[in-house]
Amino acid sequence: MNFRLLSKRLLFLLMVVWAASTITFFIPRISPKNPVRERFAELARTGGFSPEDLEVIVADYSQRFGLDKPLLQQYGDYMWGILRFDLGISLNKFPKTVMQLIYESLPWTIGLVFITTILSFILGNWLGALAAWPRSPDWLKNIATSFVLFQGVPPVLLGILLIFFIGFKLKLLPLGGAYSIGTVPDQSIGFFLDVLRHQLLPGIALVLGSVGGWVISMRGMGVTIQGEDYVTFAEHKGLGPRVIFRDYYLRNALLPQITGLALALGNLVTSAIVVEGIFALPGLGTMLNSAIRSNDFSVIYGIVLFITIGIATLMVIVEFLYPLLDPRIRHQ
Amino acid sequence: MSSVTLSNTAIRQPNKVTLFFRYLRRNPSLTFGLLIMLFLVIFTVHGLLTINTKDAYPLAVRPKMPPSFQYPLGTDFFGRDLYAAMVIGMWQTAVIGVFAGALGTIIGTIFGFISAYFGGFIDAAITSICQILIPIPAFLIQVIIAGSIDKRSVTILTMAWVVLLLAWMGPTLVIRAQVLSMKERQFVSVAKLSGMTSLGIIFKEILPNLLPFIAAAFIAQVFQAVFASFYLAIVGLGPVREPLLGNTIWSAQTQGAFFNGWWWWPIGPAVAMILILGSLALINMGMDEMANPRIRRSE
Amino acid sequence: MKPVLKVVDLEVSYYTDAGRAKALDRVNLELNAGEKIGLVGESGSGKSTMALAMMRMIKPPGRIEHGQVIVDGNDLTSLSDEQMLKARLSQIAYIPQGAMNSLNPVTRIGAQMIDAIKAHSPNMPKDKMRARSLKALESVELKPEVFRMYAHELSGGMKQRVCIAIGILLEPKVIIADEPTSALDVVTQRQVMETINKVQAEIGAAVILIGHDMGLMAQSMDKVAVMYAGRLVEVSTVKEMFTAPKHPYSQALIRSLPKLDVRGVFQGIPGLAPSLLRLPSGCAFHPRCQEAMDKCKTLRPENQVLASGSRVTCHLYGEGA
Ligand SMILES: Nc1ncnc2c1ncn2[C@@H]1O[C@H](COP(=O)(O)OP(=O)(O)O)[C@@H](O)[C@H]1O
Ligand code: SF4
Ligand SMILES: [Mg+2]
Repeated sequence: MNFRLLSKRLLFLLMVVWAASTITFFIPRISPKNPVRERFAELARTGGFSPEDLEVIVADYSQRFGLDKPLLQQYGDYMWGILRFDLGISLNKFPKTVMQLIYESLPWTIGLVFITTILSFILGNWLGALAAWPRSPDWLKNIATSFVLFQGVPPVLLGILLIFFIGFKLKLLPLGGAYSIGTVPDQSIGFFLDVLRHQLLPGIALVLGSVGGWVISMRGMGVTIQGEDYVTFAEHKGLGPRVIFRDYYLRNALLPQITGLALALGNLVTSAIVVEGIFALPGLGTMLNSAIRSNDFSVIYGIVLFITIGIATLMVIVEFLYPLLDPRIRHQ
Repeated sequence: MSSVTLSNTAIRQPNKVTLFFRYLRRNPSLTFGLLIMLFLVIFTVHGLLTINTKDAYPLAVRPKMPPSFQYPLGTDFFGRDLYAAMVIGMWQTAVIGVFAGALGTIIGTIFGFISAYFGGFIDAAITSICQILIPIPAFLIQVIIAGSIDKRSVTILTMAWVVLLLAWMGPTLVIRAQVLSMKERQFVSVAKLSGMTSLGIIFKEILPNLLPFIAAAFIAQVFQAVFASFYLAIVGLGPVREPLLGNTIWSAQTQGAFFNGWWWWPIGPAVAMILILGSLALINMGMDEMANPRIRRSE
Repeated sequence: MKPVLKVVDLEVSYYTDAGRAKALDRVNLELNAGEKIGLVGESGSGKSTMALAMMRMIKPPGRIEHGQVIVDGNDLTSLSDEQMLKARLSQIAYIPQGAMNSLNPVTRIGAQMIDAIKAHSPNMPKDKMRARSLKALESVELKPEVFRMYAHELSGGMKQRVCIAIGILLEPKVIIADEPTSALDVVTQRQVMETINKVQAEIGAAVILIGHDMGLMAQSMDKVAVMYAGRLVEVSTVKEMFTAPKHPYSQALIRSLPKLDVRGVFQGIPGLAPSLLRLPSGCAFHPRCQEAMDKCKTLRPENQVLASGSRVTCHLYGEGA
């Protein structure tokens, strides 16, 4: 692998991380809101703080979170912290760190996002390739087209419809939650199945919501590839449709799709976060929801930063793996 | 290819309207999307003319009523007429979408132009910024921005601004690519040779040819803006008091609407949002098909 | 001698939004084994359409309306789709216009040769397929290493040779080469032409060479066919064509060549090519023809064989003239 390309992409990754962290650092500080005060003002409304007490507490916390230092020093500390995977301390669940909280909910989100991304990639590209293939039967094309109709519909809305029809009306699957109320998490098959039952509707919503995008881009790519001279020449050679489909059409059409995988993952994470909220599933999304509700700013910023870095990293990884699949790039 | 027998041409060439309808028949996405959009516009305009705006806000009507003749979409826990709330919510969605979409497209077009037309350092700077910002999920940044604004002061326009901040990179790159390819084409170099100024070339030669792409970028931006504002609202970062569709779903969810059996509360706004985003996506797809004749030929 | 290729009344239309374009209109052609014919005509006159129609590769919105393509006694137009798959490459081969992009970028050249053989003889042993591919590469003067290479590692001329090698893999009776040299530089053009001549001699196939370069035609073809607006207006031997062209369009073509030297790319003649959607009545060439008569505007000339052996479609000849 080319060393210059490698360093260029790594530099790009660093730039993305830097941009994301700088944005998450500065935007809240430009705004007139003081997160700590905000948080305690809310507590004061519900609990029994006096305004004077509030000032003392805010000062104490500000110091503890480093908010009283000069801006530039805060920025330096903050960036240094990010390099050490230190995203600060939760305002709400003090003294837990943001990273601790993320690690607790991350496996849930990763499970949901990775499985649905892979499923929708396979299903969407397969349908898209068949939809653009002139010999496909009409019913198959119609199925592909009906998935296209879901494109543009946020998975969360499909989720609401699914909850309504399958959870609420038919009572086939639970309305939400990580597992049935009353069960105790353990390692048993029964518990695993119960969790799976709860993940089914959100999973379907996410897959349905993201398949359409793949169908469209693969169909477009497929049509382009069919117009390519090498496909026409393959027909002139007298190859059967199966061979042309597999070796000439699919292989070429699929390659650019793979580069879109990381970006699609980013979109899916976004959707998953919102879907988790609607289904009250444990995970980064629900964590974000409750952080928004309780003004736990360090958690909000921490999650945003963590996901951004994760996606940028995945993008770079995909780019490094890509040459293994495409000989044109491998040989350069 | 012009014909040597011009008199024949005039008679046999089908007129533009016929051609457009023939085209629509082959572009069902566009036709379907436009029809849904038309229906939504009529629904909203008719609603705005007939509802009492107050009914869209809390304590206006009897709470928790299922759909009935009086309240076709039911009422919610806070005593809002959900039909009135939907009409207002659609209107507000349109305001956010068109405002942020139009501004994003204009900014993107200007940046794209500057980038492609002047090239060099400016171009490098603008494209790098776009490329660095694109992998960062816009929604997450919008969460930070929206989360940093005082919740009580969030309005529909604030939402539009938040959405706009990250909505110009797409059009910038699209327009840049188009201007670059047009710069190479004959008519621009001819205009240059004939002594037209840069500004003259931009307005007289390039801009008219760009219009279809700008229109497509606009639709895509409206879609993005509606989508983004909806996501912000549904996680509770919208203008909490307004009956924005996402807000209504958020409050339904917060009150456990399904667990309590108030199914009509989230379903109405969900269906409305599906129709809005669906029609925008269909129109967008139809325009893509129009711009890309290769897709056309396979149909 | 029995002709190895017979094209009878071939007719192709493209159905576009603006109407039906008759891209090929009652085209007739005969070719003997080992005979080489050049097909010339303005861009858009239907040369590629004719080649694709012979391969039965016209795609929507195009359609073969009528006619027969008989190769070695078999009427290709009456074959089933399955049989036609087998006939391609083994009976009649097409070497494409865009050789630059005619090879699959993601698989090796060898794989693309093997799959062609496999499609026709699925039971042939692997090493035999390989040997045959290597032999074909040798015929077009490519090194055996090319077998293991990818398209992007080859130059334009090499890619074109690979396409030729694929074209001769199954020793077809008829080879159609669609402007095989138009994307190449002059030196490479010449080499590729020599290669085509060489392999043609080796396997004794009839060749249809589509192209613009009259010089190349003069040097290596036996006959020249001239196409205008989807009609073959003249088919003559090279000698006849260059010394005494019959059809006014052919005459204009020959006149437009640089003087003293028949080499050179044909530059075109005055006037606009007609739109296929609105072909002039009678003889399609009449608006540009200097010898047009009254009946040319109304009456379509028939194809006829002259004493010289030339076939021509023009009112200047035959019983009416
Ligand atoms: N896919 C198509 N759709 C519509 N018209 C076509 C298509 N392919 C070719 N044509 C028309 O058929 C005519 C002949 O084209 P072609 O055979 O490619 O000409 P040539 O190879 O002589 O340049 C042209 O006028 C072209 O416009
Ligand atoms: S038929 Fe008439 S118009 Fe046509 S080429 Fe002959 S002389 Fe010219
Ligand atoms: Mg051609």
